[in-house]
Amino acid sequence: MSATSREPRARGRLAALLAPPLLWLVLAYLGSLAVLLLSAFWTTDPFTSDVVHTWTTDNFRDVLTTPVYRTVALRTFGIAVAVTLLDALLALPMAFFMARVATGRLRRALLVAVLTPLWAGYLVKAYAWRVMLGEHGIVNAALAPFGLRGPGYGTTAVVIVLAYLWLPYMILPVHTALERLPAHLLEASADLGAGTIRTLRSVVAPAVRPALLAGSVFTFSLSLGDYLTAQIVGGRTQLLGNVIASQVTLDLPLAAALSAVPVALVVCYLAAVRRAGALDSL
Amino acid sequence: MHLTRTARIVLGCLTAAGLALIYLPLLLVLLNSLNADPSFAWPPRALTGAWWSRARHSAGARDALWTSLRAGLGATAIALVLGSLAAFAVHRHGFFGRRAVSFLIVLPIALPGIVTGIALNAAFRTVLAPLGIGFGLFTVVVGHATFCVVIVFNNVAARLRRIAPSLAEASADLGARPWQTLRYVTFPALRPALFAGALLAFALSFDEVVVTTFTAGAGTRTLPIWIYENLARPHQAPVVDVLAALLIALSVVPVYAAQRLSSDTAGGRL
Repeated sequence: MSATSREPRARGRLAALLAPPLLWLVLAYLGSLAVLLLSAFWTTDPFTSDVVHTWTTDNFRDVLTTPVYRTVALRTFGIAVAVTLLDALLALPMAFFMARVATGRLRRALLVAVLTPLWAGYLVKAYAWRVMLGEHGIVNAALAPFGLRGPGYGTTAVVIVLAYLWLPYMILPVHTALERLPAHLLEASADLGAGTIRTLRSVVAPAVRPALLAGSVFTFSLSLGDYLTAQIVGGRTQLLGNVIASQVTLDLPLAAALSAVPVALVVCYLAAVRRAGALDSL
Repeated sequence: MHLTRTARIVLGCLTAAGLALIYLPLLLVLLNSLNADPSFAWPPRALTGAWWSRARHSAGARDALWTSLRAGLGATAIALVLGSLAAFAVHRHGFFGRRAVSFLIVLPIALPGIVTGIALNAAFRTVLAPLGIGFGLFTVVVGHATFCVVIVFNNVAARLRRIAPSLAEASADLGARPWQTLRYVTFPALRPALFAGALLAFALSFDEVVVTTFTAGAGTRTLPIWIYENLARPHQAPVVDVLAALLIALSVVPVYAAQRLSSDTAGGRL
C-alpha cells in the first residue's frame, strides 16, 4: 500500500485524512502542553495570583529543593509501587483460573464479570469505599467482633482504593497472555519431566512477565497522576496530584513545574518497561 | 501442565474471593440507596424508597445529567470523525512519521489526567480567554474529544486490520468507484467498530472528572462533577448514593452492547 501513497492522488487523499485529526491534536493538545511547559518558566504575582511573563527557572528549583515536595513525590511513588504489587498479586491467580482452568461459558462469564465494573465509573467506586471505610461503615462493623478497626481514611485506604480501581487493567493483559499460551508448550514441558513448579517458572512466567509489566503501566501511571482518591478517602494524605491541583489557580507556573515530576516518572517507567518488551503486548 | 485437583480448587476459591471483593462495594451502594439511615450506618435498620424520589426531584442532579449527556455526545461526535480519519490514514497509507501519529493520538490518555487537565486549563486561559471564549460546555467538549479520539482510533484500526484488502480490490474490479466501495463494502464492515468506539468514547467522557474539573469553569457541572462536589455534604449523601446506584445499574448496558457487537471489542480497546 505504501506504493500507492506515492501517487499524487493517494497523497492528496492521505493529506485530507490526516489533516483534521493532526490539526486538532497539535493545536488543542500539543499546543496546550507547550503552553503548560512555557508557563513553568513564568512567575506569579504574589498578590493577584496573575501569571507574570518573566522568564525564570525558580519554579523548577523550588520543586527540586523544597523538602515537602520531595516527601510527597516519594510517597506518591511508594503508593504507586504498592498499588502495582497488590494488583499483580490479586490478578495472577484470578487470570490464571480464568484462562487455564475455567472453560467455555464460565470463562466468558468471568471475563464479563471482571469487565463490567470498569463501566461503573471511577467516582462511584471511590465513593463506595468512602462509605465502607467510614466511621459507621461496613468495614468497621465487620471487624468489630474481633476487636479490630478498619484503616479509616488515610494512606492505607488510598492504596486499597487505587488497587481496587485499577485491578481490571492488570487482570486483562495477564489473562490474554495466559490464554494465548499454547497448551502443547505446557504438555511438552510435562513430557520432558518438569513438575508444576518448574513449568510455572520456565514456561508460564516468561509468558506472563511482559503482560504484568504492561498492566503495571496502567496501575503505576494512573496512581501517579491520581488526586481524587486521595481527596475522597485519603484523610490528610497528599499525593503529587493533590499538590498540583491545589496550586493551579494560586500559582500556575509552580503547578506546571510540579507536573513535570509525574510526567518524568511515567516517561522513565515507560522507557524501562519498553526495554523489557512490555509495550508490544499493550 | 497438570494441575492437581487441590490447585484448581484453591485457584477457583481465590477467583471467587476476588470477584466478591470487586462486587461487594458496588452491591453495598445499591443496598445503601435504600438504607433509611441517611448516613448509611451499617447494618441498615430499615429500608426506604425516599432517596430515589428525592433524587428524581433534585434539580442540580438533573441539570448535571443533561450537561453530561451533551458533553458526551459532542465529544463522541468529534472523536468519531477524527479517530476514523486517523485510523484510515495510518492503516491505508505508509508514510513518514506514521508511528509519531499513533503516538500523538495515544498521548492524551497516556499522560496523567491532571497534566492533560491543567495543560488545557492553561491554554484556554492564555489563548481562548483573551478571544472572549470563556470556560463552559465548549471547553469541556474540546477536552473530552481530545482523549476520546484514541478510543475510536483503536477500534476502527483493529477492524481495518482484519478486513481483507481483497474485498476492496474485488469491489474496484467490479467497477465500483472509491466512494462506492467505501459506502457499500468498507462502511458496513466497520459499523460495529464505529458503534463500539462511539459507545466507549461516550462512556469515557461520561465518567471523566479530572479533565472536566479544569476545563469546565464555575457554571458548568457534569454528573461526576456534581457527585464530587456533593460527596462530602452529609445532607446530599442520599442523593449521591442514588445516583451512584443508578450508574452502577447502567454500567451493564455498554458491556452488554459491546458483547453483542463483536468479541474483540468487548473488553473495550482502551
